[in-house]
Amino acid sequence: MSLRRIEGRVLVVGDNVDTDAIVPGRYLTITDPKELGKHALEGLDPAIPGKLKERSIIVAGRNFGCGSSREHAVLALLGAGVKAVVAESFARIFYRNAINRGLLVLEAPGARQKITDGDKLVIDLERGVLVLASGETLPFKPIAREVLEIVEAGGLVEKLKKELHHGGR
Amino acid sequence: MAVNSITARILARASGKDRVEVGETVVAKVDKVMIHDVTGPIALDIIDDLKAGIPSPENLYVFLDHYSPSPSISASNIHRRFRIFAKTHKVANFFDVGEGVCHQVMVEGVVRPGEVVVGADSHTTTYGALAAFATGVGSTEAAYAILTGKLWFKVPEPLHVRLEGTLPSYVNGKDVVLSILGVLGQEGANYRALEFGGPGLRALSMSDRFTIANMSVECGAKNAVFPIDDITVNYLEEFGILPNSSSLSYLKPYEVESPHLTLNLDALEPMVAKPHSPANVVPVSDVEGVRVDTAFIGSCTNGRYEDLLIAAKILKGRRVSKDVRLVVTPASRRVLVRALQDGLIKILLDAGAVVTPPGCGACFGGHLGVAGDDEVVISSSNRNFVGRMGSPKARIYLASPATVAASALEGCITDPRHYLE
Ligand code: SF4
Repeated sequence: MSLRRIEGRVLVVGDNVDTDAIVPGRYLTITDPKELGKHALEGLDPAIPGKLKERSIIVAGRNFGCGSSREHAVLALLGAGVKAVVAESFARIFYRNAINRGLLVLEAPGARQKITDGDKLVIDLERGVLVLASGETLPFKPIAREVLEIVEAGGLVEKLKKELHHGGR
Repeated sequence: MAVNSITARILARASGKDRVEVGETVVAKVDKVMIHDVTGPIALDIIDDLKAGIPSPENLYVFLDHYSPSPSISASNIHRRFRIFAKTHKVANFFDVGEGVCHQVMVEGVVRPGEVVVGADSHTTTYGALAAFATGVGSTEAAYAILTGKLWFKVPEPLHVRLEGTLPSYVNGKDVVLSILGVLGQEGANYRALEFGGPGLRALSMSDRFTIANMSVECGAKNAVFPIDDITVNYLEEFGILPNSSSLSYLKPYEVESPHLTLNLDALEPMVAKPHSPANVVPVSDVEGVRVDTAFIGSCTNGRYEDLLIAAKILKGRRVSKDVRLVVTPASRRVLVRALQDGLIKILLDAGAVVTPPGCGACFGGHLGVAGDDEVVISSSNRNFVGRMGSPKARIYLASPATVAASALEGCITDPRHYLE
């Protein structure tokens, strides 16, 4: 992820958005991100997949991605063109899955209160801040070192490739 | 910070250290990896893409349990792919359709105390009831663990739960864990290790402990651990596992000065989680009389022999309400066989229940009893999110198998203690 700056319109969602809401169970035989993307967040509101065509950043409340370990949830968001999720907090497995798949996930306490659905948002990774539509900047929590390593390797699969090539166990 | 948790002790050993600190990141040796027919395909994609061999296929456990038997062509094709994969990579621990829910089979003599086990499923936390470190991971991480035999973990901060007293009749592990969820909330234990202790442990059967560890993830816990005691040892012996107690002393119960949460089991009542969160918990009396269309007894949370036994006790000689469909899905082949031998299945059938093959069944809305629009479900499973069991318009209540059975009889949510002899 060499992206230093991400820009897009936001979709605002609430607290405790669970993985059944992100991808309902009936779509779990699908693994193609594009196909899954057609149903992204459908469980929350069937109108969302259509909206995601113009929105590439999700701004959420607390505990985004709680529930099952289905990586389909991350794939669906990526498939729908989502570049980043900014939340008050994330559920653990979703957070790890996102990192491993290269979906940017940022914890920014207080962001949701200041951002309105449809707003433009800039994520400045270099400076560690969100630039809101008003021009106001808001810091997000720094990304942990071990997480950054995976992101820098280009996701866990890339890291894995390197390790297997070095014959490392 | 002084580390006082079994979780930290297991992670220290698995990463070759004397001790580890909370918050420290360790690379731990993983003893076993579990994948199944929903999360597994993504892991297989990665393994296939890398054209990598699996160094230790004996540590991999593969289950076809979510679509079992397959209800659709797409699921059948996934199953075909798994069968070929298992043959190609010589995966001996391959559990095809009908063997049962992954988590139940994994605790029937597979997982051992002190092990590090990861599964591509959030309810992998279940195995912590056997004093193992067990947690759910994504498919990519499962592939990583399958190919390298290791994975990184941040040592979680413990959240000590002290149990006191003993369980009243018709109150069981489900009511305990629902009570805990009610207190902690849906993210009250996010990233943390639930560590159970206290004199109340003695009141909890292994079945109760599996249920509690299983649903610990519903408050965000990374894992849950029960220390090893006589109840654990007796259970393992049933499966021919004879733990060497001196080498396992680090897994024994221990005292903590100030537990984060103390629960008096004597005071517990049957509990119910209302739509649409497992943490939206109330005593059964608050929702008694809510009309139900479907009652489900099954899943990795409550599809064990003990669960069928208590349901049979309540249903014996009675008939399920004409307005209710009661679906019973034993969690494993072993559970079903034992329930059949002991006459429980006949009691359930005579009462009007539908008994399905072992597996996940209706729990996640894939097959074998999918909820329709506006239907009300009372379920012994672990999640009642919108759309979890089928229609997003259905309403799901979670409760113990005793409460589900009593509710099926009455046609509305009912306190099982009304059926106390
Ligand atoms: S029974 Fe339900 S919760 Fe358990 S593994 Fe199957 S789908 Fe998941």
